[in-house]
Amino acid sequence: MPSMGKRLTTQPEMTAEFWELRLYVAGHTPRALTAFVNLKKLCEEHLKGKYHIEVVDLLENPQLAKGDQILAVPTLVRKLPEPMRKIIGDLSNTERVLVGLDLRSRR
Amino acid sequence: MTAKQVTRKISSLDKCRTGISGLDEVTEGGLPRGRPTLICGGAGSGKTLLAMEFIIRGITEFHEPGVFMAFEETAEDLARNVASLGFDVHALIAKKKMAIDYVHIERSEIEETGEYDLEGLFVRLNLMIEQVGAKRVVIDTVEALFGGLSNEGILRAELRRMFRWFKQKGLTVVITGEQGEKTLTRYGIEEYVSDCVIFLDHRVHNQISTRRLRIVKYRGSKHGTNEYPTLIDEHGLSVLPISSIGLNYAVTNERVSTGVPRLDAMMDGKGYYRGSSVLISGTAGSGKTSLAAAFVDSLCRKGRRCMYFSFEESPDQLMRNMRSIGIDLRPWSAKGLLEFHSLRPQLYGLEMHLATMHKLIRNFNPAGVVVDPVTNLTSVGDSDEIKAMLVRVIDYLKIRGITSVYTSLTDGGSAAEQSEVGISSLMDTWLLVRMLESGNERNRLLYVLKSRGMGHSNQMREFRLTDKGIQLTDVYVGPGQVLTGSARLVQEARDRAQIEVDRQSAERKQRELELERENLRSQAESIAKRLAGIGADIQLLQKYDTAQLQAAIQERRGLARARKAD
Repeated sequence: MPSMGKRLTTQPEMTAEFWELRLYVAGHTPRALTAFVNLKKLCEEHLKGKYHIEVVDLLENPQLAKGDQILAVPTLVRKLPEPMRKIIGDLSNTERVLVGLDLRSRR
Repeated sequence: MTAKQVTRKISSLDKCRTGISGLDEVTEGGLPRGRPTLICGGAGSGKTLLAMEFIIRGITEFHEPGVFMAFEETAEDLARNVASLGFDVHALIAKKKMAIDYVHIERSEIEETGEYDLEGLFVRLNLMIEQVGAKRVVIDTVEALFGGLSNEGILRAELRRMFRWFKQKGLTVVITGEQGEKTLTRYGIEEYVSDCVIFLDHRVHNQISTRRLRIVKYRGSKHGTNEYPTLIDEHGLSVLPISSIGLNYAVTNERVSTGVPRLDAMMDGKGYYRGSSVLISGTAGSGKTSLAAAFVDSLCRKGRRCMYFSFEESPDQLMRNMRSIGIDLRPWSAKGLLEFHSLRPQLYGLEMHLATMHKLIRNFNPAGVVVDPVTNLTSVGDSDEIKAMLVRVIDYLKIRGITSVYTSLTDGGSAAEQSEVGISSLMDTWLLVRMLESGNERNRLLYVLKSRGMGHSNQMREFRLTDKGIQLTDVYVGPGQVLTGSARLVQEARDRAQIEVDRQSAERKQRELELERENLRSQAESIAKRLAGIGADIQLLQKYDTAQLQAAIQERRGLARARKAD
């Protein structure tokens, strides 16, 4: 499980949009792992080369929950591009994740 | 273990005092410690305020730090809202006694994509609790979660987990909930929070808004079950229970003067009992306020303080009117012995009047209180509500040994005694002032209808307001009529004239008799003289007779001798 701060990009490219994604979890639970795996897969598929995932463990850093107004875990926060989007759950419903991230329009 | 030890082990429920005026009395000690309490009510009923006071007073009065998890207002807004009550939230936060976390939930911003739990919330709560060492927690309002997140199954499971967690940590929690249509709360939170439920009601009746508080449920403890009037003023929320649940207050045998000496005389010669309640009722213009003012004047003259609640006249008007009958209240007001509070009843609801009176009396600590008139309050409540309010006022004053005088306006139509059935039973003394019409004029009559605990006069007195004060005079009771006013004066003059006439004739008679006595006496004297004269004559005659006899005998002897001589 990657710890906070490690970059996970493939080839650094100059793109129009760069995605800053933050995944909040509370401890190394199976659900957190599922969320991370799902997120990674999704990013590789849709945002190859222009994303950065940061994982925040609230059990280690509880004070960070307030800043992004986190109450459920796991929560994925799209910090960039704006506007901010919040997606909660283990991200198993890929369609909804894409809608939430604005990578696919809502039907 | 002996029986005694066993019983001591069964301790009563530990309670957490709130510091909110009246709430601790009504709950008999406060909210249940270590358990969740639900505060529900409509919009604007005061739930958030109660919750804030619970935390803030917990810190300032009971040294128990607390945290506030807010879902509807930001920390800034909350702090600003209670700043007007004198609570400095920022200072408490800086001192690390209080923590506020605003949780923002907006459904449109959130996408739910699978399984989740509310650990994030727990993390934030835990952080706050550990930061300040909290013993008290408020969640305001947990229903916001239901509004923001759609998976009710998860939500309810997490709520149950949260309350278990609170219980484990021994935290006293207050949850607020918005009133539902048929249920106590919109989303049925009362299932989880069933240890103590308090309902705040806010309704508008006849254009006056009133607030009530009711303890719907309190597991494991005795509590007041009625609706209690509540109000929110510059000190926060106050609940107004009836101050003495049992009717036991200490009484005294001391007396206070009524202010009118002849009225004192009608009441055992001493006046009202100190700490008693006095009702003065009568029709318009009968002199009730004057009697009340006389009472105030006499108390202030002795250096005691008095408070006058007027629902009809302004202080200046009252003082001017009383001056016209020789009662000058200005010096007492200037010295600070007399305080007036005049306001129109329609300004507030009954609860606000009651609380205001409580507060003013508590701060001023008078020896006497006048409420003039009580009947004006009918514009704010019906007679049951007024009676309930008066019970509270009277209880409050009796416990403090404050003598209270209430004036009541009766309408001229019904019999004077009938219209007071509601509140007269609360009063220890009842003075009735009646207007009597006779011979083209109206005069005032006063009598003591009842006065508990003393032998009061049953006589009616005529009651006059002169410029030298209140005068009581006896009425004239003649054959089949009671005369007052000018008719009485005429009759009294007539009586006086009659007395004069009688006196004169008596004198004349006396003179005649004396004359006769003189006559008889002189007659008696002359008879006595004649008697004496006759007596002397008789004696003389007797002497003469004896002398004659002797002489006759002598002569005969002499003669006899002379004849025998030769």
